[in-house]
Amino acid sequence: MCNTCGCNVTHGNAHLLAPGAKLYRTDDGHESVSVLRHLLHENDRTAAHNRAHFDRHGVLAVNLMSSPGAGKTALLEATIDAIGRELSIAVIEGDLETENDAERIRRRGVHAIQITTGSACHLDAHMVHDALHQLDLSQFDIVFIENVGNLVCPAGFDLGQHHNVVLLSATEGDDKPAKYPVMFRAADLVLLSKCDLLPVLGDFRPEQARLHLQELASTAPVFEVSARSGAGLGAWVDWLLAGTAGLEHRPGRTDAAAPEPQNPAP
Amino acid sequence: MHELAVCQALIDQVTGIASSRNAREVIEINVQIGPLSGVEPHLLQQAFSVASAGTLAEGAALNLTTMPVQVRCQQCHRVTTALPSRLVCGHCGDWRTRVVSGDDLLLTTVELSTAGIPSLTH
Repeated sequence: MCNTCGCNVTHGNAHLLAPGAKLYRTDDGHESVSVLRHLLHENDRTAAHNRAHFDRHGVLAVNLMSSPGAGKTALLEATIDAIGRELSIAVIEGDLETENDAERIRRRGVHAIQITTGSACHLDAHMVHDALHQLDLSQFDIVFIENVGNLVCPAGFDLGQHHNVVLLSATEGDDKPAKYPVMFRAADLVLLSKCDLLPVLGDFRPEQARLHLQELASTAPVFEVSARSGAGLGAWVDWLLAGTAGLEHRPGRTDAAAPEPQNPAP
Repeated sequence: MHELAVCQALIDQVTGIASSRNAREVIEINVQIGPLSGVEPHLLQQAFSVASAGTLAEGAALNLTTMPVQVRCQQCHRVTTALPSRLVCGHCGDWRTRVVSGDDLLLTTVELSTAGIPSLTH
């Protein structure tokens, strides 16, 4: 067809060339394309793909986020001690450098994959996708993704998790939800960690943290926990068990109560 | 700091659109951005000059429209403006609200420089 003089424009296709339409071009050689797509469209596509993987295997995927040092790894260690016999757990660890956290998890006999992000301050769906290639999901009930310690960047990236869990430790300010609204809005559950230190510190008021969360229109439950003393871990474990029960498990799965020993390293 | 990653994703999208339409260059990129997206407009703007270098988007104008934070109250059903750190209803003060604007991070339109002839064969 002739593209030189425009004689291929007919009654049937002229609407495609109208201003704002799919094939609109101005006489000066400019074309305006309407996109209306999220900037992280590619990440979100991969996240949906990851989520489909988790769903297919009936695996609960939990993304743990917090500032550095809020106790994500300690919480995982305590969680493994509490339910590691009933449920088969795997951990994807995100850190800028070192395998230290993954080593701590492996010492508990749990499969851990380390993602070293280098300079990247967050995990994205592609990194988690690559990590999933090293995991046989049919062997697990829960996959924890321990995100890079950071209250800003990780909030923007869907990884394909079912739930976001955000830790706020008693050694931080109780106004953190107001300071980092994007992160705390993303939380499906908030854990006030290191609560065994509350009497010593004196200036972190859990009710104040709850109030700040409410002002973000958050409906996420808030549990006070201590990985060290074990306080509050029951509510956390129940929440996890309810999450796994909500997923349709792989037909014929019978080994959930007696998981195979995991290799200490991938 | 994640603005660079967000910006690279933006440029991938834009240059993908530009090359699929045989554009010579990208003239203008329009993005809607809200304070609750977690992306700082000025950092995204800075990242753009670095990340676009050597691509079809190099030299393009990146127009960022900041969207207001607005919530719809689930009790009184009014839409009011809110602060990112305080998303309560501006009318009745209830905390049970839904964000209707302000978490945007949307590529709306791209202006391309093309051959200048109406074409139906892409």
